[in-house]
Amino acid sequence: MWHWIQRFSSPKHFYGMSAPLIKWFSVSALLLGVYGLYLGLFVAPTDYQQGESYRIIFIHVPAAWMSMFVYMVMAVSSGIGIIWQIRLADMVAAASAPIGASFAFVALVTGSLWGKPMWGAYWVWDARLTSELILLFLYLGYMALQSAIEDQRSADKASGLLAIVGVVNIPIIHYSVEWWNTLHQGATVTKFDKPSMHIDMLIPLLLMAVAFKLFYAALVLVRTRNEALYRDRNRRWVRELVERL
Amino acid sequence: MLKAYYHLLIRDLRLALRSRHELANPLIFFVLVVTLFPLAVTPTPDALQTMAPGVIWVSALLAVLLSLDRLFKLDYEDGSLDQLMLSPNPLMILVLAKVTAHWFLTGLPLVIIAPLLGIFMSLPAEAVIVLIYSLLLGTPVLSLVGAIGVSLTVAVNRGGVLLSLIILPLYIPILIFGANAVDVAADGLPVTGQLLFLGAVLALALSLAPLATSVALRITASR
Amino acid sequence: MFEAKSLECVRDDRLLFNDLSFAVAESEVLQIEGANGSGKTSLLRILCGLRLPEAGQVLWQEESIISNREDYYASMVYIGHLPCVKGDLTVLENVRSLLDTRSLSLSNEQIEVALAKVGLASYEDVPGKALSSGQRRRILLAFIELSQAKLWILDEPLTALDVQGVTLMESMIMEHKQAGGSVVFTTHHGMQLECEMSSVQLGRRSRG
Repeated sequence: MWHWIQRFSSPKHFYGMSAPLIKWFSVSALLLGVYGLYLGLFVAPTDYQQGESYRIIFIHVPAAWMSMFVYMVMAVSSGIGIIWQIRLADMVAAASAPIGASFAFVALVTGSLWGKPMWGAYWVWDARLTSELILLFLYLGYMALQSAIEDQRSADKASGLLAIVGVVNIPIIHYSVEWWNTLHQGATVTKFDKPSMHIDMLIPLLLMAVAFKLFYAALVLVRTRNEALYRDRNRRWVRELVERL
Repeated sequence: MLKAYYHLLIRDLRLALRSRHELANPLIFFVLVVTLFPLAVTPTPDALQTMAPGVIWVSALLAVLLSLDRLFKLDYEDGSLDQLMLSPNPLMILVLAKVTAHWFLTGLPLVIIAPLLGIFMSLPAEAVIVLIYSLLLGTPVLSLVGAIGVSLTVAVNRGGVLLSLIILPLYIPILIFGANAVDVAADGLPVTGQLLFLGAVLALALSLAPLATSVALRITASR
Repeated sequence: MFEAKSLECVRDDRLLFNDLSFAVAESEVLQIEGANGSGKTSLLRILCGLRLPEAGQVLWQEESIISNREDYYASMVYIGHLPCVKGDLTVLENVRSLLDTRSLSLSNEQIEVALAKVGLASYEDVPGKALSSGQRRRILLAFIELSQAKLWILDEPLTALDVQGVTLMESMIMEHKQAGGSVVFTTHHGMQLECEMSSVQLGRRSRG
């Protein structure tokens, strides 16, 4: 079993295996995304409170979900990398960070664009937006630490540990920001959690969520392959690969 | 094991007391930063009182952050850190000793000087008492969590800004609850909830941070 | 007693050594040889468990040192390039704080005897910052002497030592060997040991 995991998780094996997966993931992400956007932008009914501007949630909400999800992926694979010394897991974590940061960034930008018609200001210290901003800072800290340490192996381990510490902290941060927000803004209507959603809005939202996930899967595979090539550039399997080109 | 904790704590305190001039620096910084706000914003008591909890807490946060460097830096530079890691005692205990020393040398002085700043910022007496309690519960967490950050960055050249980048987001819950406790107390409302939260975070940090720090130190040593 | 099993070490993308195996028995003195940058310090840090090897493991009493740190560290002592001396502590306090990390509480007399042996008699109360670099190294020699460790791992122990210091180090190693202890060391200075000594050559992937 152990031996099998070791072989399966070798960068070389991963490199060979991941190529067809990327194709499948990206094609299905594209199809689902186009269909989801079509349903979301043209088919879903206009919101009786927010008019057309609510349609940005079909980007905003999946991006926000993904930014959390990618951080979890990073923390879990960092944990695997630290505990079992599996290099591929470290590469996945390192490859995920910029993607997750971009999702957080997209969620912030779309959130503030949505805020303009809703609140009349591009930025309001809403609990979710603030949490998202802090999450972006956590990503940036991870990436800064990763690039500040020259030795690749300790860079992985150090930033991996930071990701794990971050994951322990995220619920605490989230809870305290929520609490801080209710305290300072009273019972304003939070536009982000609707008690119930029309099924015609829900379906495109879920489609988009799946599309984002597939998009991430394709992207992380591409980036991890690059990491594997770069880090193993002096190993034989990469040299052979280059020679065959 | 307790002995190892005690010896290291005493060693660090003794070292700090022998270079006393450095000891006062975070404290002066703390007072100085707080002083800047009435100058920059407004000295009217009402306005000061509104911003006091936040200003004092943010300044305390920064003062601790700037002093974190001395937690492991010197030991790293002269090789003592290697010797600590080769100790037959659990590294966690030694980390805890160093963090305790750090808190005695920075956190505790901040707590002691805080009433003065409360007066500077026109805080009512009840709020000053809560300020002391909140700092008493909050500053150890700042040292404990900060230790994780320093142990990851101690070997990085010019790691100061990097340290703030990775540590400050983790300090946010403490800031929110600490500052809010003082704020609420100034309005004469009960603050048990906030203090309990700070206590709970302290308990959590006390049990997890030394472990994370010792893992981080091993990572740092392995390059 | 002490065994390295097929160690591999990569530093900055450069393979320093791989499949390196050797064992150190009781009363054995082992020199790690190799040019600058051949990975001597990295190897010693791996042997201490400070650095993790890319592959392979280090065994102490047939157990991996990583899973058994406490036993291992109780029976070994390591001296690296750095002096480990605090300028603001006196010589006596410096030795004591080093011994404290090993949970050894010795009397002042015992420490003074060791200090006298390494040529620091009457320096007990001098602060570390007033010492020359050779004298700082001698504090480490007193520490090794008092450490009660079976295995000494010494990285360039002769750095900054004068002629008497070198002779002292040599005689300490000899005594330790006769008492059944083991030593693993690196040096660029010629160490004149009048005893059997094995060696490991780095950079050529062979054992001398």
